[in-house]
Amino acid sequence: MSTKTHVQTKINGETVDFLCEPRQSLLEVLRDVLQMTGSKEGCNDGNCGACTVNMDGRIVDSCLVLGVEAAGSEINTIEGVATSDGLHPIQQAFLENAALQCGICTPGFIVASKALLEAEPNPSEERIRLWLAGNLCRCTGYDKIVRAVMDAAQKMA
Amino acid sequence: MTTAYEPNVVLSTKEYDVVGTRPIRHDGVDKVTGAAKYGADFYASNMLFAKVLRSPHAHARIKSIDTTDAESLEGVRAVVTSKDFGNLPWTYERDQVMASHKVLYKGHPIAGVAAINSHIADHAISLIKVEYECLASVATVHEAMKENAPILLDDLRTEDDLGNNSESNTNVAKHIQYSTGDIEKGFNQADLIVEREFNTATVHQGYIEPSNFTVNWNQDGRLHIWLSSQGPFEIRGDAAKVLGIPVSNVKVTPMEIGGGFGAKFSVFSSPIAALLSKKTGHPVKVVNTRTEEFESSTPTPGSYLKVKIGITKSGQITSGQAYLAYEAGAYPGSPVGGGANCLFAPYDIPNQLIDGYDVVVNKPKTGAYRAPGSPNAAFAIESIVDELAEKLGMDPLNLRLMNASKSGTRRSDGVKFPRIGCIEVIEAMKSHPHYSTPLKGPNQGRGIAIGYWMNGAGESSITLTVHPDGHINLVEGSADIGGSRASISMMAAEVLGIPAESVHPSVVDTDSVGYTSGTGGSSVTHKAGIVVYQAASDVKLQLLDRAASIWGTDSNSLEMNNGVISSTSNHNLKISFEDLAAQLNDTGGPIVGRAALTTRGPGGAFAGHIIDVEVDPETGKVAILRCTAFQDCGKAIHPSYVEGQMQGGTVQGIGWALNEEYFMNEDGSMANGTFLDYRMPLALDLPMIDTVIVEVANPDHPFGVRGVGEVSIAPPLPAVANAVYGATGIRMNRLPMTPASIANITK
Amino acid sequence: MKWIDFANPTTLDEAIRLLSEHGEKARVMAGGTDLIVQLRVSPERIGNADLVIDGKGIPELNEISFSKEEGLTLGASVPCYKIYQNPTIAETYPGLIDSASLIGGIQIQGRASIGGNLCNGTPSADSIPTLIAHNVVCKIVGPGGTREVDVEDFCTGPSRTILEPNELLVSLHFPAPPKGFGARYIRFIPRNEMDIAVAGVGASVQLDEKNSVIKSARVALASVGPTPILVNEATSALVGKSPEDESAISKAGQAAKSAATPINDMRGTVEYRKHLCDVLTRRALNAAITRAKGGTIDVH
Repeated sequence: MSTKTHVQTKINGETVDFLCEPRQSLLEVLRDVLQMTGSKEGCNDGNCGACTVNMDGRIVDSCLVLGVEAAGSEINTIEGVATSDGLHPIQQAFLENAALQCGICTPGFIVASKALLEAEPNPSEERIRLWLAGNLCRCTGYDKIVRAVMDAAQKMA
Repeated sequence: MTTAYEPNVVLSTKEYDVVGTRPIRHDGVDKVTGAAKYGADFYASNMLFAKVLRSPHAHARIKSIDTTDAESLEGVRAVVTSKDFGNLPWTYERDQVMASHKVLYKGHPIAGVAAINSHIADHAISLIKVEYECLASVATVHEAMKENAPILLDDLRTEDDLGNNSESNTNVAKHIQYSTGDIEKGFNQADLIVEREFNTATVHQGYIEPSNFTVNWNQDGRLHIWLSSQGPFEIRGDAAKVLGIPVSNVKVTPMEIGGGFGAKFSVFSSPIAALLSKKTGHPVKVVNTRTEEFESSTPTPGSYLKVKIGITKSGQITSGQAYLAYEAGAYPGSPVGGGANCLFAPYDIPNQLIDGYDVVVNKPKTGAYRAPGSPNAAFAIESIVDELAEKLGMDPLNLRLMNASKSGTRRSDGVKFPRIGCIEVIEAMKSHPHYSTPLKGPNQGRGIAIGYWMNGAGESSITLTVHPDGHINLVEGSADIGGSRASISMMAAEVLGIPAESVHPSVVDTDSVGYTSGTGGSSVTHKAGIVVYQAASDVKLQLLDRAASIWGTDSNSLEMNNGVISSTSNHNLKISFEDLAAQLNDTGGPIVGRAALTTRGPGGAFAGHIIDVEVDPETGKVAILRCTAFQDCGKAIHPSYVEGQMQGGTVQGIGWALNEEYFMNEDGSMANGTFLDYRMPLALDLPMIDTVIVEVANPDHPFGVRGVGEVSIAPPLPAVANAVYGATGIRMNRLPMTPASIANITK
Repeated sequence: MKWIDFANPTTLDEAIRLLSEHGEKARVMAGGTDLIVQLRVSPERIGNADLVIDGKGIPELNEISFSKEEGLTLGASVPCYKIYQNPTIAETYPGLIDSASLIGGIQIQGRASIGGNLCNGTPSADSIPTLIAHNVVCKIVGPGGTREVDVEDFCTGPSRTILEPNELLVSLHFPAPPKGFGARYIRFIPRNEMDIAVAGVGASVQLDEKNSVIKSARVALASVGPTPILVNEATSALVGKSPEDESAISKAGQAAKSAATPINDMRGTVEYRKHLCDVLTRRALNAAITRAKGGTIDVH
């Protein structure tokens, strides 16, 4: 049997070394190897967005990235969204707008919304709905999530 | 797309200090930072990973199972089959966990493998050789009820209401019948009779978190299960039963749960993981893939309904007759009873006859899904009532109002309605601006519908511990699936006159709290509300007693308001809850309040929807333009999360109406077991979902609470159908309403 | 997933050497959004491949260059977002943007490439009708050197292409669009995103200088046959006709309907899919004509 691969990457600003099998996805590496369980597995085929992470400035489904591909990349996960100064305005907006029920999809939505507002500070409702179409939520009907993102955009302006 | 009107309205009847406000939920920060630990996030030391081999066939006899190659794969630690249950008796429950002689649906478990990682376990199950003898299968109630249909369960007989069993083999597990008045007389009194047939597809709850279990069978015989479940205590009991061990030997630790909607009550693969743990001496984790979730968890049934309604020219419904056949899946137990109870519930119909059939088919065992049975029934009755209103030239809400159930009306199963809010919901719909706003263009339609759910009550156990700083620890056993920790804490805070933030709720394991029935039937805020009210009142009484003993006075002369204990006779005697809490250990000891109770009187819930659609006439695609949801919630403890329940249920109903279905291949297997092809609504498919909370207090609850979790899923099915009719002139009688069927391309 | 090995070559030669050594067992990965799922769920569909060759480190596969004379060269592993975020490409090839911005959601578009979509070779691929409508030429490299293939000849069956096991797709070449050229891709899905096309149509037209005559036109279909289908009869129905000639457009729609050879499956029936080919062809052509005249269309 072949051996594991050594990978050096940057996660949430810190240099991280890990060993993984090439068949392990970035999501598996985050969860099983690094014990960073904030990114969730909902479908493992890129259709629910619960595993969304930011890779080199773009959001991706981490279930559809091989762990070995992370070499030399900059990965940002839900665990890096809040800082020592407190919650990110999007996180605060999700709380204030009750934009979560069970919460399993929430990390993916927050990582995705953050990337949207960084690229487009004042998106329309339709733009938010399009951007978040790759993130499934089964609890909320999306209403309060979309409102939370609009609210955060306003507060970040 | 900004909204010029007030999107969410609370028609409140009674104001409180904490109840009815919108604090940030207690578990919120953990959930927006990724810190919250869900079942699959649990990692035990020395843990192994399991995978389950499942049947590729819908119906087959198992001739042999050869696990030799799987066992010898490097990294595999154990393989189990139904033989590993030993001499335990064969039951439906056990057979559902792992098939022994026959597989009854594609996805039926046959064997489990534990290995050092999930990839090896996955590889190993592909090395297990199973010889099958394939049998003919049945995918719908129509096929299953045919004469000479393939029989799933050799011992199954039809049980009637009196407990009598049929003589011959059958796929019909149960026949229920409700009869009121004189059905023929009722139809004779009618000026107009409409009879229609409806078919609905099997659908899935679609929670985002797949089922997961980590199980450790300890050397001392104790079994510990970490999981994401709606019913930790139900799982404790069922796991003990399937594994043949005492219930006291099982401890269930509920982790955070990523949605359930009724489906996460089953033991699923946990007994397989238990057997693997016993065999290996390691904790074993098993997490379903999404496809396993579709093919082997507990979806909610497809159904066939035939409903006939008689009505007078003036709009009085005289008679209602119905035939309901619901899929049970591979083992008995469909929610046809729920369907029969809910079908005519919004209406006072003097003459009724309902026949309901529970039918086994070669699909996974069905389970609860948000008001189980009710949406299928609502689709039928509300489509017909809409048609009746049109034929009589009456406003569809006025027709409903004329016939609406109220306190004292008997439900079809004989239950007399207590105070209910059916009329109030319809009135709120009538007076809402959405109802009077004209549609804006061609190919648009507006549909309205109402629906009912019984709601549930049950056991709840809660303890409250007073901290020295005047905060409260709240220990409860209800899995929190959508914000119930907040609402329960708010009710405790209301009683004690402290802020919601001063209550710290924990959902704990089954060893650490009294029996608490599961998070289902919209029961939690109701039952935990009654119990927390009593527990907080218990704390309050003890605080008054303590203050009385400190002051050397009679506790009857003391009162507690807004968190301050004071004497009614001596103005100088006054102490805040916080100050008293600091003295507890030195004045007699800590204070713990407790209550445990089997609650009753959940009050029923009614909901109504107004939905506007636009249909692309060439493709049949439906766009939801506007949607307003109305619901009687008794009292909204945390209105934001009540709105969230209404919005979420509404959108699930829209998905059920338009796109969701188990698409079955010819061979009886599911074709679309992924989130790509099982099409649940996306953010881009929807407008904002406006809500109107109607509060008709439930007299059986200290805060007037009625369950709010479920009923909002039912009316959207017929409301969308009625809206599509408005846009196209075509009455849809089959779910989902595919674009092809709406474009009237029927081949 | 069974064991796989991973290679990330930095030159075309190295990649071709690996492909030559491992043959069918090697698969080139661009964004991986199809390949990784196949390795996980249906490895038999890709020959039980056990070597993944990452193309993202090879410069030629990441090229994205445009000139008014030469047109656009799009490396096979350029992700969708780099296409629609490039203002020149977005302005010059709005038809390409149609496809690039509806493959998967935003997350998928952060990884998935047009080249990968083509090499995956499914009949439902949302980019292939667009490539056909744009007269794209594929640049393929193997041990024997480079060859160029018209994109409509690339797919040979469901998930089958003309690529030999030791070859890889390097880039796609889009001719520079002359004035009066317009293209559009439309698919039908029951939701508004994240679905596989029930049917899809890519259409292009080239108008004369006065915008009064269709000089050439192409209509290509997705999801209605074993491969994407170029509808030559639609071209004949349109060439020489006025862009305002609704009967010509209707004829093209009928031609598309006739050319379609769909199957019944969970996404749609034969009859419905053929019907959609007609509807979508008319809509795509009208939008392409609007673009050819310099207008813009509402893409939602």
